[in-house]
Amino acid sequence: MALLEVKDLKVYYGVIQALKGISFHVDKGEIVALIGSNGAGKTTTLHTLSGLLQPRSGEILYNGKNITKVPGHKIVSMGMAQVPEGRRVFPDLTVAQNLRLGAYSRKDQAETEASFEYVYKRFPRLKERQNQAAGTLSGGEQQMLAMGRALMSHPDIILMDEPSMGLSPILVNEIFDIIREVHEDGTTVLLVEQNAKKALAIADRAYVLETGTISTEGKASDLLGDESIRKAYLGE
Amino acid sequence: MLSFLQYLISGLSLGSIYAIIALGYTMVYGIAKMLNFAHGDFIMIGSYVIFTVVTTLSGGSIPGLLVAIVCCTLIGVTTERIAYRPLRGAASPLAVLITAIGVSYFLENLALLVFGSDTKSFTPVVSWSGLVLADGKLRIQGVTIITIIVSIVILIALQTFVNKTREGQAMLAVAQDKGAATLMGINVNRTISITFAIGSALAAVAGALLCSAYPSLTPYTGAMPGIKAFVAAVLGGIGSIPGAMIGGLCLGIVEILSKTYISSQLSDAIVFGILIIVLLVRPTGILGKNIQEKV
Ligand SMILES: Nc1ncnc2c1ncn2[C@@H]1O[C@H](COP(=O)(O)OP(=O)(O)O)[C@@H](O)[C@H]1O
Ligand SMILES: [Mg+2]
Repeated sequence: MALLEVKDLKVYYGVIQALKGISFHVDKGEIVALIGSNGAGKTTTLHTLSGLLQPRSGEILYNGKNITKVPGHKIVSMGMAQVPEGRRVFPDLTVAQNLRLGAYSRKDQAETEASFEYVYKRFPRLKERQNQAAGTLSGGEQQMLAMGRALMSHPDIILMDEPSMGLSPILVNEIFDIIREVHEDGTTVLLVEQNAKKALAIADRAYVLETGTISTEGKASDLLGDESIRKAYLGE
Repeated sequence: MLSFLQYLISGLSLGSIYAIIALGYTMVYGIAKMLNFAHGDFIMIGSYVIFTVVTTLSGGSIPGLLVAIVCCTLIGVTTERIAYRPLRGAASPLAVLITAIGVSYFLENLALLVFGSDTKSFTPVVSWSGLVLADGKLRIQGVTIITIIVSIVILIALQTFVNKTREGQAMLAVAQDKGAATLMGINVNRTISITFAIGSALAAVAGALLCSAYPSLTPYTGAMPGIKAFVAAVLGGIGSIPGAMIGGLCLGIVEILSKTYISSQLSDAIVFGILIIVLLVRPTGILGKNIQEKV
């Protein structure tokens, strides 16, 4: 059974149809990449998974349970966290306060403290800046904070929306290293990226989204070798 | 000199009332991103409830205040639930603003219907007569002292709540990014309800203090203080809790001093004139943040 399964999902913004019936799945322990150009519907997909948008039709199954109508604020406690596009840290709150909000859905204080330790170990920079307002961090640091904040809920699966966006090549590498490490620690990853080359390099499988439809799917290594994918998404 | 001090203290006291009202305005604005123009009328409703309990039913001031807090909280939460929430996310922010003005008229006319248009003489909830200092030359009324103390206690309590508690942090998160707050597992609707509950409970307290200091009550009692408190909130930097306090105190002091030394007819014009000048110089208010784009 897939950890996350999406069946024939259709999402509209008013009369505009952003997702035209997409289906995909993520198995436990995988890194699955969802690639596609700007406006393809990647963010819409993640927002729908996290309950920020309601689909017109289709189903989202998580651990076999239908969560299509579960309100957004109940999703994270089920084990699905998101690192949203554009980081969206709480700018006026400190780094530590942002992280604590990441654990908002958890009851156990000791577990929260353990997650603080885990996140600070993984992101020593965040520990150094724990009392600094998040809005004053650099772009790369904000991305790390957004990731750390999502990890504070100790998720089974983490949805990441363009974590490398707007970062320098060195930072992009650093972010992808962290994704790999988080995955090695046992977290399943659904990775949305425009940086298709990097995403396919670390993913097990991938789906290509084109204007609201999944046009191609397969093993990441196969897609990396695919002529038309190379032309369209890898800039070759 | 002593009379100046006397007026300054009156200004502080009036300003403290504005501050308590402004805190409600500013919290609701900061978190729900809407101006609840009916906030002043919550004050009036709270005052009528106290009047009914204390004068009509001879129930005592403390029970009166408690009943008023409960009533205002219920009215605030209910108003948000049935009138404002359905419009959240409406295409134009004007929709909810106009609705708030509608709620304001509704409450004023409801009070007219239930309590009539005659001025009720309010029994002050503070019975302490106050202090007499400097051989009787300086008199500070009990309600003045209590008002100032209550506003300081409320400010400290709110600051502590917002910065130190889980629910308070959730409020700040909702204020900054509702979508990201939802991703954290925060129930945005519930958080906004709590905000309205707090703001409305504060309106009841403000009503009790306002009508104790100025004991005549009509269905329009809340309207002008409501507008002045809104000005105070904008002056201090709307959305900022300490800003509401500073804005309220400034406004109260300016109002009393200009009434005393310049002209009682012109004092409101002066108050609003100051607002315009401050906003020209500092559009975000005294403690408002400069909105800067983050790279
Ligand atoms: N809030 C919105 N209102 C209307 N249309 C939207 C909104 N957000 C996205 N869209 C449209 O939906 C489509 C998919 O957008 P999005 O999911 O953001 O794409 P991606 O993340 O792949 O760049 C685009 O055509 C976009 O213009
Ligand atoms: Mg996107």
